[in-house]
Amino acid sequence: MSNSQISPSRPARREFLKGAGAAVTTLTIGFEWPGAARPALAHAAAAPTSAPFAPNAFVRIGSDNSITIISKHIEMGQGAYTGIATVLAEELDADWTQVRVESAPADATRYANLAFGKIQGTGGSSAIANSWPQLRDAGAKARAMLLSAASGEWHVPVAELTVDKSVIHHAPSKRQASFGSLVKRAAMLPVPDTVQLKDPKDFKLIGQRPARVDVAAKCDGSALFTIDVELPGMLVALLKRAPLFGATVKSFDGAAAANVPGVVKVVQVPRGIAVVAKSFWAAKLGRDALTVEWDDSKAEKRSSAAMMEEYRRLADQPALPARKQGDAKKAIGEAVRKVSASFEFPYLAHAPMEPLDAVVKLDAKSCEIWAGDQFQTIDQLNAAQTAGLTPAQVSIHTLYAGGSFGRRANTVSDYIVEAVSIAKAYGADGTPIKLQWTREDDIRGGLYRPMYFHKLEAGLNAQNELTGWHHVIVGQSIMAGTIFAAGMKDGIDSTSVEGAANIAYAIPNIAVDLSTTKAGVSVLWWRVVGSSHTTFAVETFIDEVAHAAGADPFTFRRKLLEHEPRMKGVLELAADKAGWTSGPMPKGKGRGIAVCEAFKSFVAQVAEVSVDDAGSIKVDRVVCAIDCGTAVNPDIIKAQMEGGIGFGLGAALYGAITLKDGRIEQGNFNDYRVLRMNEAPKIEVHIVPSTEKPTGVGEPGVAPIGPAVANAVFAATGKRVHVFPFSKSDIRS
Amino acid sequence: MASQTGVLMATTFLLNGQSTTLDVDPNMPLLWAIREVARLHGTKFGCGMAMCGACTVHVDGQAVRSCVLSLSSVANRQVTTIEGLKSKQAKAVQAAWIDLQVPQCGYCQSGQIMSATALLEKNGAPTDADIDSAMSGNICRCATYPRIRAAIHAAASSAKA
Amino acid sequence: MNAMPPRKSHPVLWVLAVIALIAITVAGYYALSPKPTDFAGGKRVALTAYAQADPTGVPAELKAASIVTRGEYLTRAADCAACHTAQDGTPFAGGRAFVLPFGTIFSTNITPDVETGIGSYSDLNFLNTVHKGIGRSGARLYPAMPYASYTYMTDADALAIKAYLFTLKPEHAPTPANTLTFPFNRRGLMSLWSAFFNPDKRFRPNSGRSPEWNRGAYLAEAMEHCGECHTPRNLAFALDNRHKFAGAVQAGWRAYNITPDHASGVGAWTDADLAKYLSAGHADGRGTASGPMGEAVDESLSHLTPSDIGALVAYVRTVPSIAAADLPAPRLDPAPMLSADTTAESRGKSMYEGACAGCHGWTGVSPVIPLATLTGTRGVNDATANNVAQVIIGGGQRHYHRDSDNMPPFGSTYSDAEIASVANYVTARFGSKGSNLTAAEVAKLRSQN
Ligand code: FES
Ligand code: FES
Repeated sequence: MSNSQISPSRPARREFLKGAGAAVTTLTIGFEWPGAARPALAHAAAAPTSAPFAPNAFVRIGSDNSITIISKHIEMGQGAYTGIATVLAEELDADWTQVRVESAPADATRYANLAFGKIQGTGGSSAIANSWPQLRDAGAKARAMLLSAASGEWHVPVAELTVDKSVIHHAPSKRQASFGSLVKRAAMLPVPDTVQLKDPKDFKLIGQRPARVDVAAKCDGSALFTIDVELPGMLVALLKRAPLFGATVKSFDGAAAANVPGVVKVVQVPRGIAVVAKSFWAAKLGRDALTVEWDDSKAEKRSSAAMMEEYRRLADQPALPARKQGDAKKAIGEAVRKVSASFEFPYLAHAPMEPLDAVVKLDAKSCEIWAGDQFQTIDQLNAAQTAGLTPAQVSIHTLYAGGSFGRRANTVSDYIVEAVSIAKAYGADGTPIKLQWTREDDIRGGLYRPMYFHKLEAGLNAQNELTGWHHVIVGQSIMAGTIFAAGMKDGIDSTSVEGAANIAYAIPNIAVDLSTTKAGVSVLWWRVVGSSHTTFAVETFIDEVAHAAGADPFTFRRKLLEHEPRMKGVLELAADKAGWTSGPMPKGKGRGIAVCEAFKSFVAQVAEVSVDDAGSIKVDRVVCAIDCGTAVNPDIIKAQMEGGIGFGLGAALYGAITLKDGRIEQGNFNDYRVLRMNEAPKIEVHIVPSTEKPTGVGEPGVAPIGPAVANAVFAATGKRVHVFPFSKSDIRS
Repeated sequence: MASQTGVLMATTFLLNGQSTTLDVDPNMPLLWAIREVARLHGTKFGCGMAMCGACTVHVDGQAVRSCVLSLSSVANRQVTTIEGLKSKQAKAVQAAWIDLQVPQCGYCQSGQIMSATALLEKNGAPTDADIDSAMSGNICRCATYPRIRAAIHAAASSAKA
Repeated sequence: MNAMPPRKSHPVLWVLAVIALIAITVAGYYALSPKPTDFAGGKRVALTAYAQADPTGVPAELKAASIVTRGEYLTRAADCAACHTAQDGTPFAGGRAFVLPFGTIFSTNITPDVETGIGSYSDLNFLNTVHKGIGRSGARLYPAMPYASYTYMTDADALAIKAYLFTLKPEHAPTPANTLTFPFNRRGLMSLWSAFFNPDKRFRPNSGRSPEWNRGAYLAEAMEHCGECHTPRNLAFALDNRHKFAGAVQAGWRAYNITPDHASGVGAWTDADLAKYLSAGHADGRGTASGPMGEAVDESLSHLTPSDIGALVAYVRTVPSIAAADLPAPRLDPAPMLSADTTAESRGKSMYEGACAGCHGWTGVSPVIPLATLTGTRGVNDATANNVAQVIIGGGQRHYHRDSDNMPPFGSTYSDAEIASVANYVTARFGSKGSNLTAAEVAKLRSQN
């Protein structure tokens, strides 16, 4: 249960040791780098963004040879713990079987995501990418100090020493010593300023398949998730929220709820009425017994269908340019052949398998939080604000998250703030309270992937060359109004247009316009963010253009990617492995291809589908090629592609959150349908060998599957799907 | 919900081989009795309406959804949770799960393993179709499906060996 | 038969004459069709003349209660709420839509709101409405309001109901306008209808029958109006008591044959089965009430005293047995475990294994919720799969048990084809005769609720 080892949140060294001692029973002596620790921290405090931090923040070695690697990134399924440990253990030449991983406390001064600047958090498939230099350096420095400790003890030159699996050898004198035996001495040494990193050809773990550090505990039920946290005197709370976004409590009657055996208190909080009870079941019965009158005056009352109609109109109105190259309008105007299409994408819920939950222990001076926390720094700020404390008084224990797909990384920290506000309303008396969401709370809880309308137009010249491309995107902004709004340039939210504005195809005239809408429905990034819809539209439409040009969709794309070696590389690899050129498929079956760049990785997928005469789609096989730079752990990359494909496929086939008069029409897996075992295709993943810096793998696999299937459906039926999910379109051939 | 009196009543059953008596609302779903009263946390909550399989346990050897099964209905029956798995098939499943590195977030996996074990205990050599039937009620949002399928086939052969 | 018309006479007149003749004969045939309790034969006497007991009013335990309490019980027994309450609407405020072949009509607001409800109704207005189908304004009501049944209700009981309704909070809730096509939008026609089909007579006990039987008859005919769904209708939308309780389709649901026929009716059910089904909405091995019957149990039957439930059972037992050809005897043995599954419908099967098996199990006997057992239920033994499809589309949201026992609706994300195929799989696997419902038929069923 490595994850249950919870570190305290305050950076002070003594605390850190105590925490470590308390946490890792096998650890007798904490091992830190005294020389560097304080200066490094002071320095960090002054300019926290400038890396690297003191290595002590990332590794502890015990005299028992245990190696504890501290992960600043949450493990929510993507394999971050294992990847991070692999990178550090590689440079340390650690014995993998001795490696355990512990989650870092919330402390941006030491654990900021270098891709986010001052913020500690996980997202944007950046865990490995931003940790890569930092952890290699930390591991190498630890190794260097252990070596000098050995050379000091044996009075032999460091150059004569070798390290293998946590054991240092001196061949000439046949001496050897374990890391653990050198801990005391090494702890007295200064941290070297610079160290030599390994040559990739000497990697022993990276590129191999070290077992995931979290898997064993996830196969016997012992892995600790937030829902499993039990503290003395802990109570469980369920919150009744307004059925309409923006509605507030007008009045409520909690008498019946209070009478339910086990219910301790009914309290009002900004987001609704909470029932605090001795057990989930009591809280649930209590919440069912609540009667609440809501004030809907400021609530969003529109239906999603009506909103989509408005989006459709907006697509013909002037919008903000997200990319302007040449004169697309003119090119299309003069084109010999014109192609146009529009696409509708629904709101989507993340629906992580573990419904959102958080445990909060609040008193007058401190707020302690246990959660599958993905945005520590922001959650710390929001929790502090809600509790009326300073961020430093808020500590966070990051536990395993039962999935997230972006949901837990939200700038309003909705579920954390709810839990804190309930603890506050309860009396802030130090009683631990676990806020548990139900699936219905999750599906109806907002922060969805926004709904979008896309309109595309393209022009081909006499030689059937693509000369003009005009793409209009209409939808809500994820960043506007959040702390990330600062990142918006000239009113353009990059997450609305990524994957479209940076389209890689060689087209002389390109215009991409964005029309940002407003709605009472809160929105958020959803696995692969912008590319979840832009790649869908671009890759389906380019297929339609290829068809209009009478060209093969694969060769048409390849021609336009001549100058994009990595993009072209994955496209060719996927097509080749899928047997793209092996001729047409039997009746009722079809093959489709799509390619994208997301989070600096390149992914291409070929989907093979069958469509029966009732128009139901079965995806039989998916061939996926990815180039994500150095493959730190190929098996985890493979798993992320498999998972991304299944996640994206479920959404493409069935996923839709719809509103009727402001009410969410879905509530659970009966009406928010997701992919099941008997709908999962065979998946083959091929990784492009590379020595480039590692790039994202958690999200990119999600983007191409939708369009690949859409294009395959066209090949099978001759029908183009423009309204998603597929289940909303009739594709009987 | 007339029947939800919340009145306490003792229910006795075999939990992982131990005779267990829980003195709670007999209408409480077995899931919550197991998690919050018997304090075994391996069995998870995902939907509360038998749609996801995260709460799968064995009752008299059959894989059932504990979120909709009331505590009273397991009186004097044998309930096995992930913590109580012992059979040769169960061990083979867990070993295959680790060997093929099936779990991602891991939250659904207790339920997946319970369903897979129940399948293998009844059917030593399941076909892909058998696996679909036994496992399609277990949702995995991380979509570890291809590995689950492969791991079940692997476990089947190792359990036979 | 009248004489042949003279050869010279105008052919059109001749034709008209024949049509008129047929019309009169048909109407007469309908009008003369038996009244609800005629099947029992014997002699029907005035209430006062039936000395043994008063079959009307409330059961013994409530006789002494206030008129409002008695009215509340009778309001439940007459199941006013089911029709006069819109989807998630305020009880009795009306607005519930009834989709009929010839348009949609809406139930009215029967809270005591003066403007939009019955607040200004005199006792006479109320009696006219309940017994004659004539509203306060004199407007004729459509027989969707079962006044041809309520007409058997005693004045005292009707006025007790009124007394109760007048204790409700007045809701200002105007009734939406009906959308009926000609000629049905002509309310006047209804007076003609009533003339033929509304006996406008109060209940008369059968002197040859027991008090329990007569109580059951009163409850079934004047209050619960069972026949309004379970008895087929003739072309004129009137109940055809020649086929009393033989089953009919109402609001897109099949109200099954509840005659004592062994195979297609409830002949095989024990009295205990029937009593449990009526009062709890479920009888092991028989099924769970869903759709309109589920509502009837929720709103009405589950509130009746055991003595009244017993009376209903005693009465229903005595109606003539009628066999419905398309309702085979339910298959009572569980389906074989999956390995032995030979059912074709592979797509239906994949739906079932993903979304259904968790509750309904592979043998049809639920491993988790008795309410979810399919084996032996009429629905899966109905080769039209009508109600199976309806339950899949709309789920089964009952009030009288744990909400986690309720079946969730699948209509919004599963296509017509998918619902048809899973319904066909279910009837084939667990029933005695597989259905072959089509996507088009499912689409039609959707439109009906
Ligand atoms: S929690 Fe029981 S099936 Fe989902
Ligand atoms: S592993 Fe995450 S839900 Fe299955």
